Amino acid sequence: MGNSQLLKELGKIVANDALLHNKEDVKPYECDGLSAYRELPMVVVLPDTIEQVQAILQLCHRLDVPVVARGAGTGLSGGAVPHKEGVLLSLAKFKQIIHIDQNRRIAVVQPGVRNLAISEAVKPYGLYYAPDPSSQIACTIGGNVAENSGGVHCLKYGLTVHNIQRIKLITIEGELLTIGGDGLDSAGFDLLALITGSEGMLGVIVEVTVKLLPIPERAQVILAAYDDIEKAGEAVGNIISAGIIPAGLEMMDKLAIQAAEDFVHAGYPTDAEAILLCEVDGTNAEVSEHILKVREIFKASGATEVRTAKDEAERLIFWKGRKAAFPAVGRIAPDYYCMDGTIPRKQLPYVLKTISVLSAEYDLAVANVFHAGDGNLHPLILYDANNPGELERTEEFGGKILQLCVDVGGTITGEHGVGIEKINQMCVQFNSEELTQFHAVKFAFDTKGLLNPGKAVPTLHRCAEFGAMHVHKGKLPFPELERF
Amino acid sequence: MTSQDITQELQARVASALQNNTPLCIQGGGSKSFYGRLPTGDILDTSKHSGIINYEPSELVITARAGTPLSVIETALVEHHQILPFDPPHFSDTATIGGTIACNLSGPRRAYTGAARDFVLGCKIINGKGEVISFGGEVMKNVAGYDVSRLMTGALGTLGVLLEVSLKVIPKTASEITLTVEHELARSLNKIHRLANIDLPISASCYDGIHSYLRLSGSEGAVRYAQQVIGGNELSSADSFWQKIKEHQHGFFNSDKPLWRLSVASDTQPIDITGKWFYEWGGALRWLISDAPVNVVQGAAQSAGGHATLYRGTDAMRNDCFQPLSPALYTLHKKLKHAFDPQGIFNPGRMYADF
Repeated sequence: MGNSQLLKELGKIVANDALLHNKEDVKPYECDGLSAYRELPMVVVLPDTIEQVQAILQLCHRLDVPVVARGAGTGLSGGAVPHKEGVLLSLAKFKQIIHIDQNRRIAVVQPGVRNLAISEAVKPYGLYYAPDPSSQIACTIGGNVAENSGGVHCLKYGLTVHNIQRIKLITIEGELLTIGGDGLDSAGFDLLALITGSEGMLGVIVEVTVKLLPIPERAQVILAAYDDIEKAGEAVGNIISAGIIPAGLEMMDKLAIQAAEDFVHAGYPTDAEAILLCEVDGTNAEVSEHILKVREIFKASGATEVRTAKDEAERLIFWKGRKAAFPAVGRIAPDYYCMDGTIPRKQLPYVLKTISVLSAEYDLAVANVFHAGDGNLHPLILYDANNPGELERTEEFGGKILQLCVDVGGTITGEHGVGIEKINQMCVQFNSEELTQFHAVKFAFDTKGLLNPGKAVPTLHRCAEFGAMHVHKGKLPFPELERF
Repeated sequence: MTSQDITQELQARVASALQNNTPLCIQGGGSKSFYGRLPTGDILDTSKHSGIINYEPSELVITARAGTPLSVIETALVEHHQILPFDPPHFSDTATIGGTIACNLSGPRRAYTGAARDFVLGCKIINGKGEVISFGGEVMKNVAGYDVSRLMTGALGTLGVLLEVSLKVIPKTASEITLTVEHELARSLNKIHRLANIDLPISASCYDGIHSYLRLSGSEGAVRYAQQVIGGNELSSADSFWQKIKEHQHGFFNSDKPLWRLSVASDTQPIDITGKWFYEWGGALRWLISDAPVNVVQGAAQSAGGHATLYRGTDAMRNDCFQPLSPALYTLHKKLKHAFDPQGIFNPGRMYADF
């Protein structure tokens, strides 16, 4: 099929300025938030109506052209990397908040609406949208649904899948499906859950109904410093065991603390091996009770220092350091590579020790930032892409960290998605029967395999090649290390 | 409780069913046999596949075999001051966790903390090729692969035999009270909506036609504060009150007529169908006891943005117990069924006629 026929037919669907195919015009779409993977699409199309999206997908289906949907392109796993022989379908023009309903506590929004823009729009009603990925200022709700995005507050308030009620999805055949409803559940299979986190493999999301929550009366944050990362890990377990579900519970290790402190001067104790940030929210009375309890638990677990933010300004400063951790690490190394494994929390000491052994072996420094409450680990591997071979070494190191997460009973990705980046590690986490089942699900939606091909679920052939190079599943590296 | 792994036996049964092309009716405790379309096929008894495999209170996760009695799980959790957040009904002492998840059944707390599907972290199943496969896991955040675990939740066993499920649990709150006020329906719903827009620790709500009831669960300070905001009288024996609603032992449910469950937009105006009504979930769940025809009830639910399920009725009515799906969604369901169970041996016709 020729490029020209596709362009000609797309030109009948959208206006000329919504169709980009010159190299300089499509260049901005060559990668997403993970810039290590780049590809130029054959064509970028920017529709602004549901009918146009339907027509584009029908066309691609008819002509067997791959389609990659894209929101703001902030994803961290290469899920929106274009296909060189395909259409890059940008949903950027779908940025209307269609409807806000205070009684039902929902907002109906188009997929290109930014995550933070929803909370800003519903603030006058005393409501907000809970999932808050770090990129919330830029990332779109369509992308959030595609990735099942989390954030700092998901231990208490859940992931995207817990905070949406209905979506409109267009299949590769151009059919518009409404999944979910105005009630809290709907008839049939839970397709809403299946679509959430499906990384653009099953359909294109063109509308999302999100659930909203009342803004808590009060939020307060407590900072605790530790001279030993294991003690910090234990403190996290002790808080949960005490029956408190904090709104956020974050951990940073020494390198991350120092980088953040140098960058934003949050007042972090730079001599600490680890700090914990614990946010509690709710009614005034509840927050007061929980602060007292959390402080006691931190002290009893051997914190060298426990500080409660004295006012809202200090609370925001405490968080600023954490939220700026990635760019802060970006200042101390030319490049960094962010991992996203999730582990059972009790495995934290073993996993951190193993990462530090690997760090020495690969001669690459690692800063650890951790959604401690829900076990989601973000090791940042520091490297310099200009040094020959260093990116490859970093990727291999990263792959070992993910394998480690699987070996201790966790997963290769907690919130960033598989995309292109972790596709090999999917072979570690799932066996061939499980991967075949995923392919069967994909086939039910997209028989020709045109939606986001090559992402999220590896072919068995790819796994066979990958497996030949790697240690077999289930073998824990570094058996000499003590397990906690 | 006996802890027993009969995966191999179950797998052998599935293999032989595949070979002989004989449908299987998956059954745990049989407590939900009233639910859905009429069961058919040879009974595949999963009740002996039981036992808690892993429970780590500080990780907020429990993993159990599908045949584990729900009561065993709840007892284990209570010892550590934790609960299943979705408050599942049992409907019988024999209820198992597998049946609960297969039906996605949730109780009064659902509108405030979430449904069964919201707390499923992982599962192990036998698929329609007789393979034992696992999805998700025991961690809170996991986006590797499609969310098959949640897809299994509420699929009524039509996509596979549940072997194990991992669930997120939550701490039991320190304090719990139920407040009650007498007023007519419109005021009751208005008040519940108004209160839901404030951050109060509401964990259940209902309206029985005369009184509205609100349960508060939280820290002592939070509950006291909310009590001041809401007003009303404190209900004694609140635990048994909510228990009876959850288990359909409340006087409302005492009827021989068909019982319908309507899941609709919470602020839907009273629906004009003759019968007895009972409201839960801030208006989003409405129980109806009525002789109204199936199409009338389901039509009304659809107009209210939701769907209606026949909970209890005659065998003839059970054919249409679930809201019909749009043709496009129905086709997609059949394709998904085929993806998991190509020979169609698991619970055929239990959800919809064609699969």
